[in-house]
Amino acid sequence: MNPILKFILLALPYFFMVLGVGIYDRVNPELGGIPFFYWYQLVWIFIAAGLTFTVYSIENSEKKNRKAVS
Amino acid sequence: MFTDLDLALFFAIIFLVLFAGYMAYFWRKPKDMDATGEWSLGGRRFGTVVMWFLLGGDLYTAYTLIAVPGAAATAGVGGGAFAMFAIAYGVMIYPIVYATMPRLWNVSKRRGYITASDFVKDRFSSRSLAMLIALTGVLAELPYIALQITGIKYVLAALSLPITVSLIIAFLLVAGFTFVSGMRGPALTSILKDSIIWVAVIVIIIYIPIKLGGFGAIFHTAGTISPNLLSINPVIDVGYTTLALGSALALFLYPHAITGTLGAKDSKTIRRNASLLPLYNVLLMFVAIVGIMAVVYFNAYPKVSSEALPLLVLHIFPASFTAFAFAAVVVGSIVPASIMALASANLLTRNVYLEYINPKASDRSQTNLSRVLVMVVIIAALLFSLVPAASGEIVYLQTIGGAFIMQTLPAVYLALYTRKLNKYPVAAGWLVGLTTTIVMLAELNFTSSLYKNFDFVYIGVFALVLNLVVVGIGMAVMKAMNKIKDEGIIENSEFEDIE
Repeated sequence: MNPILKFILLALPYFFMVLGVGIYDRVNPELGGIPFFYWYQLVWIFIAAGLTFTVYSIENSEKKNRKAVS
Repeated sequence: MFTDLDLALFFAIIFLVLFAGYMAYFWRKPKDMDATGEWSLGGRRFGTVVMWFLLGGDLYTAYTLIAVPGAAATAGVGGGAFAMFAIAYGVMIYPIVYATMPRLWNVSKRRGYITASDFVKDRFSSRSLAMLIALTGVLAELPYIALQITGIKYVLAALSLPITVSLIIAFLLVAGFTFVSGMRGPALTSILKDSIIWVAVIVIIIYIPIKLGGFGAIFHTAGTISPNLLSINPVIDVGYTTLALGSALALFLYPHAITGTLGAKDSKTIRRNASLLPLYNVLLMFVAIVGIMAVVYFNAYPKVSSEALPLLVLHIFPASFTAFAFAAVVVGSIVPASIMALASANLLTRNVYLEYINPKASDRSQTNLSRVLVMVVIIAALLFSLVPAASGEIVYLQTIGGAFIMQTLPAVYLALYTRKLNKYPVAAGWLVGLTTTIVMLAELNFTSSLYKNFDFVYIGVFALVLNLVVVGIGMAVMKAMNKIKDEGIIENSEFEDIE
């Protein structure tokens, strides 16, 4: 897997959690009465898992292909 | 009020887990329990399921059940929504794990390492640097173990049990099963522990919001008490993000996390777990909100913030469920404490005793020494439960440990990726980082780990930046002197996956 792409996928959560604090440190828009500050971070749990899982899936299938070739 | 039956349930659950810990000795028992890696790493045979609980288990300890809701139920800018830093932290842990731990596992499997210091020793050809990293690891575990002990204290108090006696008995029992079973003890019991905690947590986070009229109503009332409960005050934004990022950088440098990871059966198991474990955080967020719910329910901040979750459970649920939930907290404290003490004992045995005192020690005597050191470490940790943070926002105990261990990042994480690092700049960076951490913490009297005079920055991250700057300057000087070369005895190919 392209190392730059891998780095971007793995590093993305840090940009949104660390540098993005000015964006998510707010109450509105609420979702079902839950402040934005809370649900933004809840959503990121799923996005971050999705990103890491994507990297894992790509690397894993590449490995299988290499094995099949050799 | 608790009946004898409720108390019986409380003790029955705790003893069930401890009993399983002792019985773990027989689990996949090898022919030779004294061989290196058997007692200490469970024979390096843990698959996806065991690793899931072993690695994810850190998220469900006294830290989660007592410290985080406690922080949420604290008044001021460092409380309320600020406790959500634990969620941001959880989100940021696993990409780091994915990038570093498979490499560390591969080289450790090839060379038979059982601690990060074993790796440092060969990577830098320096047993002194390895020892410094080992001692930092032990130092960092002490406040984290202290957090677990303190967590139990608040539950015992709510149960009106004699605290000191119960605590001593609880920890003797933990030390006992670690002594007998080694890594097999916590690995097997962490599955039981997480199951018990999950049942308790799911009941709590479903029933209490219903009782309080739903999340909308909870946050509506919270907003009338303090805006700090809904989002954080911008003055503490830097503190929030550095604490979350720093905690994430620190977690897998802790000896117990590395010991746990090296117990995996292959690097694929680590990758798979790292990619899915973030989902394990979902409940964590709702547990954090329990602290907010406590403030809403009592319409006031609790006098002792760490009692937020125990008090709320005590007021809302029937005594028998409360007994069950409290047992979950106790179990959630003693199992991680066991892993942490075990990892510290491994470091002292391998990287100090074997290296400097008795290089000819047999496998058997090493294992036995580690067993004794488990006791020593637990007693040392009891001292940390006396620092001021232990009676205030106990979440800071964990962040104090994190600030210490973070200073080993260049020697471990950076060294996984480059062979050019030299031991002197790394040692100088470590010294500057650790000194800065200790001086700044002392200035705050160990009550917190956020430095108020500097935007509430997390001390660990601040010190790590200085640490990295020193490493960078040192390497630049070496480059100017043309002294940059491949260090240590580990070939780059040894980080590749073992097929």
